[in-house]
Amino acid sequence: MTRLPSDPTVRVPLVRLCLARSGDKGDTANIGVIARSDAIYAWMLEHVTPAFVKRHFEDVCRGEVERFELPNLLAVNFLLHRSLGGGGTLSLLLDAQGKTYAQYLLAAEVEVPESLLHAKDRVARQQEQPRV
Amino acid sequence: MKRTIIANCGGFWGDDPTAPRRQVEGGPIDYLVMDYLAEVTMAILQKQRARKPEAGYPADFLAHLRDVLPSCVQRGIKIITNAGGVNPLGCRAAVEALARELGVADRVKVAIVAGDDLFPRLDELLASGEPLINMDTGQALSEVRPRVLSANAYLGAAGIVRALEHGANVIVTGRVADAAVTLAPMMFEFGWSASDWDRVAAGIVAGHIIECGTQCTGGNFTDWSLVKSFKRMGFPIVEAEEDGSLVVTKHPNTGGLVSVHTVAEQIVYEIGPPAYKTPDVVARFDSVHLEQEGPDRVRVTGARGEPAPEKLKVSLSYHAGWRAFGRLAVAGPEALAKANKVAEAFWDAAGGRNAYDEAMHQFVGWNACHPPLATCEPGEVLVQFAVRDQDERKINSRFAPHIVPRVLGTVPGITYIADQGRTRASEVVAFWPALVSRGAVTQRLVLGDDEIAV
Repeated sequence: MTRLPSDPTVRVPLVRLCLARSGDKGDTANIGVIARSDAIYAWMLEHVTPAFVKRHFEDVCRGEVERFELPNLLAVNFLLHRSLGGGGTLSLLLDAQGKTYAQYLLAAEVEVPESLLHAKDRVARQQEQPRV
Repeated sequence: MKRTIIANCGGFWGDDPTAPRRQVEGGPIDYLVMDYLAEVTMAILQKQRARKPEAGYPADFLAHLRDVLPSCVQRGIKIITNAGGVNPLGCRAAVEALARELGVADRVKVAIVAGDDLFPRLDELLASGEPLINMDTGQALSEVRPRVLSANAYLGAAGIVRALEHGANVIVTGRVADAAVTLAPMMFEFGWSASDWDRVAAGIVAGHIIECGTQCTGGNFTDWSLVKSFKRMGFPIVEAEEDGSLVVTKHPNTGGLVSVHTVAEQIVYEIGPPAYKTPDVVARFDSVHLEQEGPDRVRVTGARGEPAPEKLKVSLSYHAGWRAFGRLAVAGPEALAKANKVAEAFWDAAGGRNAYDEAMHQFVGWNACHPPLATCEPGEVLVQFAVRDQDERKINSRFAPHIVPRVLGTVPGITYIADQGRTRASEVVAFWPALVSRGAVTQRLVLGDDEIAV
């Protein structure tokens, strides 16, 4: 996206921009991340990269991080290999299924143009629950 | 357009026991689908069956069925469940006995869909050139062969569709793909061909969305504060249409929320690449479109599918040693520093971390679920000690007895957990995912005394 020099940036937790849910497949954790608007999706593709996720989970993730794109849902899916202490019943971790990993990722602080927080485009409007 | 309504009433064995009844009584439905089999459940069931030949299926299913069977029979609601476990014949006998007790036996026709259980044929399969290599680790099954406890192929929807064609109204399967119980009634009602990949994919998308119960109706949702109430959570319902489009919703006057975001989060839950492999089709999760059609109603359209994969997934389980956990609470000023001292003293008493195959401790309240987020020190932490080892006796004699003594012999502000009981080693049954050739597995439909290959 194009950014005007006058557009100030803000530091916010990722949850202001995205939703996420995590789970497991063996010793691999998955984190599906959904952007709250088209503009955020474009930003996310550029900034919420496998390297970003790997860095954030460096104490946990001993393998590589893969990313898949689902533009229809404004989503990307991360696979964090070797991240669950052996996985399943072999794991000694409290959260052996990585169910809390999405919340940890969403707590990551990112610096973004302020306008990105206010982008209410077509998709964002459509995704709101209609008023009863 | 022809329509059918499918209701899920649980995301795992142990989910809300009131869900089956609430799904049946809360509004119109045509099918009730029930899931009982997690990845390592089959090992538990194999053991139960080894002790008692008529066991080997989740007994909770009968309690749930008791709640709903008379209403389902009266209203023509069909029940599809994988509650057959490793003994679908035993499960059928119990269902038929229950139907007699409830006075509805003449209107209940039970079908069994089996053929998934490969445990008795394991050596034959290995000899015939099915190596059953661990998909995650690349290890050969020979490394754990003597310790294998169960082996089941994930089968598709075909057997359930045949059962419906034969007029069954309670269909009990062994291991089938979780989404197959939802796909099957759609294929049956709409007469979809098994190679109509887009429609079959739509059924898989529907099944994937609802197979974890309330996780698509407002549970585990990032924007949790938008959910007005988590009380009496509404379980998911799919209103499926002939063209493969569907609406995800829940009964009125239930807790939860169905929005584009609650459904989208569930679509990306526990998936890998967006080409989602199932025994029936490769469903393209990157083709699906979601739209808020009304309050608590999300329309799902545009699913595309590709031909089913060559191989079937097999879930094996094996004995992988023993493990134990012990917990102590440390509170007051400098809780974290004190907890570290406690851990040091504990491991010294327990012979050191290196004495076990794996050993660790975590501070619940600080760094257990994920690296620390808190910006100031916690006022209290729960120290969780954990070990895994091949030697059960070592865990019980060297690890377990040394937890509680730390309460008297270390720092102030420490207490044990009253209801924890004495720490003991418990068996680790681990999961072994593998692939098998389609030709090596035959799904079977059992109706009365007849057996039909599918």
